[in-house]
Amino acid sequence: MLAIEVNELVKDYGKVRAVNGISFSVDEGEIFGLIGPNGAGKTTVLRIVSTLLQITDGSVKVFGYDVAEEPDQVRKLISYLPEDAGAYKNLTGIGYLRFIASFFGDNEKIDEIVNRGIKIANLGKRIYDKVENYSKGMVRRLLVARALMTEPKLAILDEPTSGLDVINAQEIRKIIQNTASQGTTVLLSSHNMLEVEFLCSRISLMNKGKLVEEGTPSELKEKYNAANIEEVFTKVVK
Amino acid sequence: MSHILNIIKKEVRELLTPSTFIPIVVMALVFGSMGNMISGAAEEAKEKPVVGLINEDRGIFASIANETIYSMSEVVFYSNTSGKIDEGIDAVKGKGGIALIIIPSNFSNSIENNQSGKIKVYWIMKGAGIMDSIPSGVVEAVLRELNSRISRELIETGSVNATFALSPTARNETTIFKGKEMEGISPSTISTMLSSQSTMVPIIMMIIIMMAGGMVISSMGMEKENKTLETLLTLPVRRSSIIAGKIAGSAIVGLLMAVIYMVGFKYYLESFQMSEGINLADYGLTLGMWDYLLIGLSLFLALTAALALCMVLGTFAKNYKSAQTLTVPVSILALIPMFMVMFKDFNTLPLSLKFVLFSIPFSHPMMAVRALLFGDYTLVISGIVYVTAFTLVTIGIAVHIFNTDRLLTGSVSRAFRRKR
Repeated sequence: MLAIEVNELVKDYGKVRAVNGISFSVDEGEIFGLIGPNGAGKTTVLRIVSTLLQITDGSVKVFGYDVAEEPDQVRKLISYLPEDAGAYKNLTGIGYLRFIASFFGDNEKIDEIVNRGIKIANLGKRIYDKVENYSKGMVRRLLVARALMTEPKLAILDEPTSGLDVINAQEIRKIIQNTASQGTTVLLSSHNMLEVEFLCSRISLMNKGKLVEEGTPSELKEKYNAANIEEVFTKVVK
Repeated sequence: MSHILNIIKKEVRELLTPSTFIPIVVMALVFGSMGNMISGAAEEAKEKPVVGLINEDRGIFASIANETIYSMSEVVFYSNTSGKIDEGIDAVKGKGGIALIIIPSNFSNSIENNQSGKIKVYWIMKGAGIMDSIPSGVVEAVLRELNSRISRELIETGSVNATFALSPTARNETTIFKGKEMEGISPSTISTMLSSQSTMVPIIMMIIIMMAGGMVISSMGMEKENKTLETLLTLPVRRSSIIAGKIAGSAIVGLLMAVIYMVGFKYYLESFQMSEGINLADYGLTLGMWDYLLIGLSLFLALTAALALCMVLGTFAKNYKSAQTLTVPVSILALIPMFMVMFKDFNTLPLSLKFVLFSIPFSHPMMAVRALLFGDYTLVISGIVYVTAFTLVTIGIAVHIFNTDRLLTGSVSRAFRRKR
């Protein structure tokens, strides 16, 4: 089954066309990367798939549910991690995870989800501290845990390792891979080409609101005779 | 110098935004219209009061009474028989007058025998606001002048003791207000007693709105500043539940803060109030269980309306700081009815101000106590119906905004564009 079907998607902000008639699809269980320069329209696409923004034209379906017509159904299946997301500063890390988990089940289920979150966040005893006392990296780990602990059918991750050091970023990538191996589909956007190449089974490259390239990392590298995806990116965008 | 100018320009541009400028303009307009209202009342105080006079006495002191009342008032009804009291009251009411003064047949005789000359006054009270009692104050001045003139006459003739000469008249008052006849009490006393009872509700209402409303707006500002809103909006929870949750949470915290605040404020206010030794219940001015239910309902609905309005305003907040500015319009909307209700009765306001007062949802619980004391259920129930409709429409707008890009993109026009 297709996890995401984007068909001729258009999004205007006033007179500015941020997304210009793009189409792509993501298979269930796949890690799909959306890359492109700043202002290409990646975050807009992620926000539309996450039911946050309205569609100007075209359609987007998540596991067969239309995001414009059935957003409540879509929200039951997804988990969105925005690039610059924060957590409620007055809550403790565990309190925040419990708050989010409470939207996904009853007491027993909540405990199960929170335990999974604690494991993913891997913050040790600091999980009992208030979020306001966390470093940027710790907040990001907590947010990744929040996004993945519910075992969503579709995880939409915008720059999942932003603000993390190399070690932490590596751990998060492993968690994402592990989550996908258990059946979660991942739609991921990142400026880190190494990360994209490492994680994604397929990549779409956006530029100026359009999809300009799509394929597996090896297909793209072969097509552009490039050593890595960063080189592909540079050749396509330039 | 150009560096300073650059900095000044930058500061002015940053500070002089519509969100800081508009509330000040609105505040200026409110003070302007309140000034007009007060100067209107001052003009009213300068005019001769409209009264009716029944003088059954033909003695010398009755002549002084006639002369004083005619010189200082506009007498629209005159008779020399007490059988025409009802006719007199109707005539005074018909001419928009303030009082029917009755000089009884034994007035002069009593004074000549060192007994107080009783003056019976039927007050036609129009409103219970502070400014509504100004006209009756003018008539009281006429009656004080009458007392002084009789004193002078007694002192000149030198035939009475000094204590009596200083106060030769006494008043027997009956106030007619909203269909009720209350014996032995003047409009100013009623007004003072009512305002001590009904001032608390507007102040409580205003504080709750400012506290709880500020919470809702700040909550939205903080969600945006802390970047938690996007996560919240993608959770499997209906937009209406998010709005209801935010409104209820803010209402609980706002109410709690208002209660703490009011405990202190109550003692502060009580220190200014002097007991007149009059119980309004003796005049049938009491609230029953049904009345308290209506007041409670009116308060609850007005609070919900305020919070729904704050929720809509909160969507404009970019961060915590800008949220603080957005509380100003709500505070102004709470202050306008608070002052209007304190100064004037709804019924004695000009039509345009009646419209303004009725339109502001927070006015209704402020007016409810006084209205219910006098059995004016129409105003209270129509207010409840209006505030319910206002709340539903405002919550509908909030839900609509939550379903659009407005919260994330900050564009007003996009918020109201038709959903495809």
